[in-house]
Amino acid sequence: MAKNRFGRNQKYIMAMFMVLILLFVLQRLVVPKYMHGIVEGAMIAEYYEEEKDHDVIFIGDCELYENISPAVLWTDYGINSYIRGSAQQLIWQSYYLMEETLKYEHPDVIVFNVLSMKYDVPQNEAYNRMTLDGMRWSMSKVNDIKASMTEEEHFVEYVFPILRYHSRITQLEQDDITYLFDKENVTFNGYYMRVDVKAAENVPTGKPLGNYQFGDNAYYYLDKMVELCEKEGVELVLVKAPSLYPYWYDEWEVQMEDYASAHGLKYYNFLEMTDGIGLDFTQDTYDGGLHLNLSGAEKMSRYFGEILQDECGIESRRGDEHLEQVWEKKLSDYNAEKEEQLAKLDSN
Amino acid sequence: MLFTSYSFILFVFIVFCLYYLLPPKWQWLVLLLASYVFYFFAGRTFLIYILVTTVSTYYAAVGIQDKRQAFEEYFEANKKSLDKEAKKELKEKNKKSLFHILLACLVLNIGILAVVKYTNFMINNINGVMGLFGNGNTLSFVNFVLPMGISFYTFQSVAYLLDVYHGKYEAQRHIGRFALFIAFFPQLVQGPISRYNDLSPSLYAEHRFDKNEICLGLERILWGFFKKMVIADRILVAVKVLISDTETYDGVFVFVGMMFYALELYADFTGGIDITIGVAQIFGIKVAENFQRPFFSKNIKEYWKRWHISMGSWFTDYIFYPVSVSKPFRKLNKYARAHWGERIGKRLPVYLSSFVVWLLTGIWHGASWNFIAWGLGNYVVIMISEELEPLYDWFHSRFKVEGTFLWKLVQVIRTVLIMSCLRMFDCYRDVPLTFRMFGSMFTSWNMNRLSAQAFLGLGLTVADYVILILSTILLTAVSLMQRSRSVRAQIRDLQFVRRMILWWGLFIVIILFGVYGIGYNESQFIYNQF
Repeated sequence: MAKNRFGRNQKYIMAMFMVLILLFVLQRLVVPKYMHGIVEGAMIAEYYEEEKDHDVIFIGDCELYENISPAVLWTDYGINSYIRGSAQQLIWQSYYLMEETLKYEHPDVIVFNVLSMKYDVPQNEAYNRMTLDGMRWSMSKVNDIKASMTEEEHFVEYVFPILRYHSRITQLEQDDITYLFDKENVTFNGYYMRVDVKAAENVPTGKPLGNYQFGDNAYYYLDKMVELCEKEGVELVLVKAPSLYPYWYDEWEVQMEDYASAHGLKYYNFLEMTDGIGLDFTQDTYDGGLHLNLSGAEKMSRYFGEILQDECGIESRRGDEHLEQVWEKKLSDYNAEKEEQLAKLDSN
Repeated sequence: MLFTSYSFILFVFIVFCLYYLLPPKWQWLVLLLASYVFYFFAGRTFLIYILVTTVSTYYAAVGIQDKRQAFEEYFEANKKSLDKEAKKELKEKNKKSLFHILLACLVLNIGILAVVKYTNFMINNINGVMGLFGNGNTLSFVNFVLPMGISFYTFQSVAYLLDVYHGKYEAQRHIGRFALFIAFFPQLVQGPISRYNDLSPSLYAEHRFDKNEICLGLERILWGFFKKMVIADRILVAVKVLISDTETYDGVFVFVGMMFYALELYADFTGGIDITIGVAQIFGIKVAENFQRPFFSKNIKEYWKRWHISMGSWFTDYIFYPVSVSKPFRKLNKYARAHWGERIGKRLPVYLSSFVVWLLTGIWHGASWNFIAWGLGNYVVIMISEELEPLYDWFHSRFKVEGTFLWKLVQVIRTVLIMSCLRMFDCYRDVPLTFRMFGSMFTSWNMNRLSAQAFLGLGLTVADYVILILSTILLTAVSLMQRSRSVRAQIRDLQFVRRMILWWGLFIVIILFGVYGIGYNESQFIYNQF
């Protein structure tokens, strides 16, 4: 009887199955690939392809993924690190990425960039997408979406991205076909490389704000980060990257210093250490001081590597045969990209 | 909760599950609660309005029926003892008392509709008149929120009450079931204005899970979504540009706007009704059709029998006929025949009744002069075509074109053009502006302005135009196929594979080419505002 019923419904099941496959392919087709131009949307997903055995995980926005080079940390200090960064990563997104990362691995240190403390409410759908679409499904992702959605967004559009990106069907590009199923890496352990130079000139000072107090929601998630790291036995290090803009107010600095000291956390404001790092903002930034270029990021990494080694006690893993092998390939790709970008720059 | 929102789809899914999982005897209750939840989401205070209409109409109808029954029983028992005069007096008294109940209920419900919908319109006009006489004092506007679908459910309840009053059918004695008739959620948004005797049999019946019926309902919903999301909401972008920048888009663009709006309105309204009928059908409920390929009508009169059928028939049954046979109109008929001859005597009451109907139709559509002008515009066109009948007869006696394909085509195009012209009142929402834009079609017509660049300046891309053209061809093809046999029956007879390709193909087309999501505000159905 049951067999008969199955037989009767077999053709419906087959039809449904084929439609689902078709919808899956169409969804892959219309979802942005972020392989050229705006590549930030591809960063979060790259982590899952990694071997998850890092000593240090960086979590935060562009002030991390453009300012720290894990390749330098490896070559100079033997630190195996990864940046889980994405554009305008909000603090609750950082928290849920941290929570997710700790399900995969157990680093010694997690470094969090505190610029996102200035945001207390969801900001922008496009940036949300660049962080959230790349995450694998888990409760961390579900909670991250719920915390991040702006009023115009719908949860179902995260579950079925075809509902969000369907209108791209009339704007498809070659990349949509090329990277339909497989994508290339756009970062080097989360680091987004730029070798070009645009000196920082006339960097605007911050406009006076009505209220300098970080919001309750931002503190709530920072507290959760502290709790989570304590629970997992991971050291949380707070940093403010040496980006000249967006402006970092003294009032914000005081709040972060107070918070770090109240919770026994290390906090480094690299804006105050630019001389020690050796940053030259006429040479070490590619966009007028917002982000460091390769030269700047490598200087910054050398400086921070020392701190991680000396103050956080991260030991060198150079000599680990497997890691050496992994990094050999990574460094070769890293140097090739550097050469390619420099060659392009010269030809321009 | 718009029909095209995710929340509506989820809502219908939940109601659907409850409807078929709970014992069939509770199905009416599931639908009633769902309808009130749906209405609650539209506006918390709206529930009060619909409850007032429901309770007042229910008790009025039951009261009328009880009183009539009591009277009939009393009359039957006592008629032998009553003389002719006493019988007449008794009947009159009973008639009056029934009429008073009817009147009280109508005044209450139509009064609510009039107050919430037309108060500001009245104030605006009073202020205008006071201004004309140099009176600087103005009345302040009131802040009434128009409950969703109030025009639809008020008319539905009025029809029900009048039918019970006229003894057309028995009053519904179960207040819950009656409440469902008034509030049935799929038709709350934009009708149709269902008749109790049409809707109630399937509305109150217990339905078993019927796969075929459900598939048909889903098919209808898909078709509605296609019309609304792929066509109406896409072309809406261009329509908005055309009507908002009247300085730039005059002359030939008025014609373009007219045609675009005709397509938008058709796809929007019929799409919404398709969704209504489809949602009702998945619950096993039959909602009457509201359209019959109106753009294939050969004249305006026929058009109005095929467009928004439930509204047209409501005005015919509850305004036109009662007004035509009312005492003053009968007297007028008599007087006109005696003084102005048979021809005028015969037509005058009809023309006056039609005037009342079209005036009210315009007012029903909206509290502004443009709707009144639109209603009266329809009236004028219909009257002119009535008066031109002899001319048509003469034309057809001279030229043997009647019944030929070419003549039918001319008639169809003529009807579409006239209706599209009249809709300009609705489109521009301003009577003087409408006349100015209409005039510009004759004074500033310049075909050279219709460049590809100009069309792309309307906010649509080349891809949008391609989608619109293909969708409109599909829409027209389906309408043409309907002439011989129901398209749905034709689909039902298709082989399984073809049927699946058709259904799922349509689903995927909506998913890919529908206008929805971020950056797009789920746009209200046009008829939702009425």
